[in-house]
Amino acid sequence: MNQSWIILGASSSMAKAFARLVADRGDAVFLAGRDKDDLARSAADCAARGARLARALSFDARDAASFSAILDAAQAEDGHINCAVFVGSMPEQSAIDADPSLVDGVIADSFTGPSRFLQAFAPIVEERGGGTVIGVGSVAGDRGRIGNYVYGSAKAGFAAFLSGLRNRLTRAGGHVVTVKPGFVDTGMTWGLEGMFLVASPEKVAGEMLKAADKKRNVLYTPFFWRYIMLIIRNIPEPIFKKLSI
Amino acid sequence: MRWNKIEYAGWGRALRATAELARPERMSALLDNVTRHPAPAVGQRRSYGDAALNDGGRGYDMTRLDRVIAFDAQTGLVTVEAGTKIGDLGRSFAGKGWIPPVMPGTGFATVGGCIANDVHGKNHHVVGSFGQHVTELRLIQNGKEKKVTPDKTPGLFKATLGGLGQTGIITQATIQLMACKGDMMVLTERRIDGWDEFLAALDGSAADYTVGWIDATAKGANLGRGILEEGEITSGISPTGGKAREVPFNAPSWALSAPIVRMFNEAYFRRVPAGGRTSVKPITAPFFPLDKIHNWNRLYGKRGFHQFQCVVPVPQADELKKMLERIAGSGLASPLAVLKRMGDGRAGYMSFPMEGYTLAVDFPNRPGVVDLIEALESMTKAAGGRIYFAKDALSTAEGVAGMYPEIGSWQAAVAKADPDGAMVTDLVRRLDLRGLA
Repeated sequence: MNQSWIILGASSSMAKAFARLVADRGDAVFLAGRDKDDLARSAADCAARGARLARALSFDARDAASFSAILDAAQAEDGHINCAVFVGSMPEQSAIDADPSLVDGVIADSFTGPSRFLQAFAPIVEERGGGTVIGVGSVAGDRGRIGNYVYGSAKAGFAAFLSGLRNRLTRAGGHVVTVKPGFVDTGMTWGLEGMFLVASPEKVAGEMLKAADKKRNVLYTPFFWRYIMLIIRNIPEPIFKKLSI
Repeated sequence: MRWNKIEYAGWGRALRATAELARPERMSALLDNVTRHPAPAVGQRRSYGDAALNDGGRGYDMTRLDRVIAFDAQTGLVTVEAGTKIGDLGRSFAGKGWIPPVMPGTGFATVGGCIANDVHGKNHHVVGSFGQHVTELRLIQNGKEKKVTPDKTPGLFKATLGGLGQTGIITQATIQLMACKGDMMVLTERRIDGWDEFLAALDGSAADYTVGWIDATAKGANLGRGILEEGEITSGISPTGGKAREVPFNAPSWALSAPIVRMFNEAYFRRVPAGGRTSVKPITAPFFPLDKIHNWNRLYGKRGFHQFQCVVPVPQADELKKMLERIAGSGLASPLAVLKRMGDGRAGYMSFPMEGYTLAVDFPNRPGVVDLIEALESMTKAAGGRIYFAKDALSTAEGVAGMYPEIGSWQAAVAKADPDGAMVTDLVRRLDLRGLA
């Protein structure tokens, strides 16, 4: 069956790596984001690698008016329509501390924007009786920490949304994968202090696609983050509140 | 964009630098930043010495700008971003009947790096250098992308091909791919027993891809023995390659000591049967023999290693033999030693190739190596040859003076393209290539 992928936040390095993987399979890709010139280059790249169709489309998580053109374009394709969500923004916590209005943008980019898009997308999966949603959350969403709790809380909200969406789409023949990457070598983490065990975007993208193929529910990638976060989640709050990790 | 202060090194790991690097994920971010903070580009750091280093300065890591922007399946013209790895380009289009006409010894090199060093491959005697297949490229100049072609801007084109990044950051290039039947190669290997026989075999080879592995530890009657590899591309598409291995940590210093290298080379020589052999392999195997072992440079331990590569004109082959005698006598050679016949194909003022024989030998960074390489350099110069900047980590301004006769034209073009010297790298400073000192 024909597979098509809507990729939200397609300029990120993880999204680019993912788009290449599905392009190699011959799937159609709809690359959605803000930098149209950059997306046009990625679309050409996907087409050269074997994508059945590759298009660059405008998407702004903070502007719901940009959503319908993407959904319309994808629905013109036969077969299953899938959606991979890579959007999110992470200003320095110190910048948010200085300007609390930044909270709104982080939550719009990382939680409410993509959630609203997926609400509009879900009926397509139900109607066609199949399709996969891959939602990129973060290990930062597993517990609020002093270093990035605004971003973490937005990702936590998105993880809860994905859990509910999985509950809904499974009964229609669809599937939802929640991905929680640890530190990935992206533009967001380049030059940040305190990074360790950093994974390449290619490795993470490969594991995401494999998880989608196997209908995994929650993927920690690389795998050991599941155990790191298990420990972090289980530190008693009286102790945790004094830590700065 | 965030600046990341890191210590980094060339592939030989003998020279290091600390610089602030930005790694743009999008072309617009690169353009925007370069305008405000002009600095040289850095690719996959596969040059051995300091060609990619800018100690105490800044640099732009280009590795995330690695997309195919356009491809014409009729003509084989492909346009890629400068950070595209040449091996990826090979893999992407072989199935469609096209491969890059020139591929250097590693598939990890970026297209920008291939241009900046005007690299050559095992088929140089047939197709020339990389730059001769570049039909157009773009450079960032004054905050804008400038189109550079061999016809309309020949001076700037020649200054950029092999120009060590000094004319500005290369953002993209259009390359004329070569039609191919498939991506398999018929590889014929045979033993060569000595120097004279080796030269005759290289001169007489009619294959598209020809390269000689030399046992740089063999002396006396065995001097110059080795294996001649000849390849022709054939039909068939290779199955996806096997898993890459990795050298996980720095090897101890005795790992490549003289007795071990002698033993290894003996076994490597005998691996090919006396009567020779022919096999069919995916092209990546003979093209990029070491790429399957990630971080193989760690085999040389934490002090790193040097590669010496020179080319001398055909009539000076005897001088090259003397160099090999000196190397064999030193007991410092590693298993990696390559001899090849070059054609006269070159694309830029500062391109390495010339009609002649090229010898490349790796040496662990040990006492004695610096003096040996210095001696080899002066022998090269006396023979009217030149050394390859992509490999060099030890030479001086005086040492390379006179090796590149067109350096004056290059300096003039570079002075115009980068008047403030913002693109200067450690290599260019060390050898004072721009004549700024």
